[in-house]
Amino acid sequence: MNKKNILEIKNLSIKYGEFLAVDKVSFALEKGDFIGIVGPNGAGKSTLIKSILGLLKPSSGEINFNFDSKNIFSKIGYLPQKTQNISNIFPVSVEETVVMGLLSQKKFPKFFNKEDLIKVEKVLKKLKIGNLSKRLIYELSGGQQQRVFLARALVSDPEILIFDEPSTALDPKSRNEFFDLLKTLNKEKLITIILITHDTGYIGSYANRLLYLDTKLVFFGDINDYCKGEKMDSCFEKSDKHIIWHQHN
Amino acid sequence: MEIFNFLQYSFIQKAFLAGSFVALSCALLGVFLVLRKMSLIGEGLSHFSFGAIAFGLFLGIYPFYVAVPLVLVGAVLILKISEKAKVYGDASIGMVSVVGIACAVILASLSKGFNVDLFSYLFGSILAIRDIEVVFSIILSVIVIAILYFYYFDLFSATFDEEYSKTTGVKTEKINLVLTVLTALTVIMSVKVVGVMLVSALLIFPATSALQISNNFKNTFIFSGIFAILSVVFGISFSYFSDLPAGATIVMVNAVIFFFCFLYKKI
Repeated sequence: MNKKNILEIKNLSIKYGEFLAVDKVSFALEKGDFIGIVGPNGAGKSTLIKSILGLLKPSSGEINFNFDSKNIFSKIGYLPQKTQNISNIFPVSVEETVVMGLLSQKKFPKFFNKEDLIKVEKVLKKLKIGNLSKRLIYELSGGQQQRVFLARALVSDPEILIFDEPSTALDPKSRNEFFDLLKTLNKEKLITIILITHDTGYIGSYANRLLYLDTKLVFFGDINDYCKGEKMDSCFEKSDKHIIWHQHN
Repeated sequence: MEIFNFLQYSFIQKAFLAGSFVALSCALLGVFLVLRKMSLIGEGLSHFSFGAIAFGLFLGIYPFYVAVPLVLVGAVLILKISEKAKVYGDASIGMVSVVGIACAVILASLSKGFNVDLFSYLFGSILAIRDIEVVFSIILSVIVIAILYFYYFDLFSATFDEEYSKTTGVKTEKINLVLTVLTALTVIMSVKVVGVMLVSALLIFPATSALQISNNFKNTFIFSGIFAILSVVFGISFSYFSDLPAGATIVMVNAVIFFFCFLYKKI
């Protein structure tokens, strides 16, 4: 594995039964990359990241990480798409939610100590939601909930953060704040960010790399090359193309 | 005070002791089952246990010796049918449940001798609990509570967000199996306390009452455990003084506790 790379994917294929969802995809990310994954519905984007997260077994190919620690689970932070599905009877506080992000660092029997709770407090303060730690999660707004889940993803001090449509439940103001926060994490802590989103404008504004997937890898590389290349014409609608290009420049 | 004289009877002491341990393990487990929308697995397994108890009586063996392994098999069957066959979880619970009842009816018909014994398990007989059953209940309850304690955070994480918990290394298939096996054990213990027909009450009521008033997950556990023990203590006491069936009275106390928790939340 190239030492500069934090993640290398080689010839990755994933099948659901006989259906081929991802076909021989290869790419590599360096520390501090911010990659936007785009493509049409059913292109295999979520399948690809679920495979990176260990939720789906590849049919063939390799996924290799280059972390300081051997504990891969603790080095990947994940923010799923479904904050809107939080049950309004599940009595879980913000603190209890965020501390779950440290489970990956625990061995049986898994218990949390004072240091863990201090880590939780710190990450909540950093995301400016320290005052919410005792609140029930279902009482919070969509934007606040998203920050809580980001805190859960960040509390284990990950090297890679993976987001699947993180802005679906957010209003435009919260959406901008959220992406600004991601940019800060990416620039200041050099956290590698993998982002699936239909908000094409944000890709142009924040990502330095782009991966266009349509079961097969259509494009992977620097976003500059993509904007200038001809492939953009075939992959995006005219309006989306304009947004990415405009935001990027 | 004279009113407390009934506490000196050993059958009351045994009922309090066994009932409290069983109710506590049911209540703690129930929090996970209710939040995972798996409440009715207790109902299914208790019906299945009816068949297993009938099988024990049919063979002339102490029924719980037969019920423990058979209900464990039933629990795994529920899990595997919904995983492997094209069947949703609730349908698989229904399938295993009716097979248990059907077996009990067939065995009762074949034996022509133990119907009275068998039907005593329908509504429980905590006041007639034997020493060996008290020991059996306490040991199984301690095992269940210990496993819940050691797997608390894994269970919590998998219950709140199963997909996310997998990304933190929680083995959710194993956790689901642990939960199902623990449910099987608690159901068997509860059959003696409240009977086959009312087992679900011990699993569902304390947890749902606690959910009305708690402000975090940890408190839900504490309230659920307290409500369960209160329901056993008050239920057995009321049943003694008013000459009512103990199992049914415990269930009604649980219903009253839920009602007050609900009112408290509304106020």
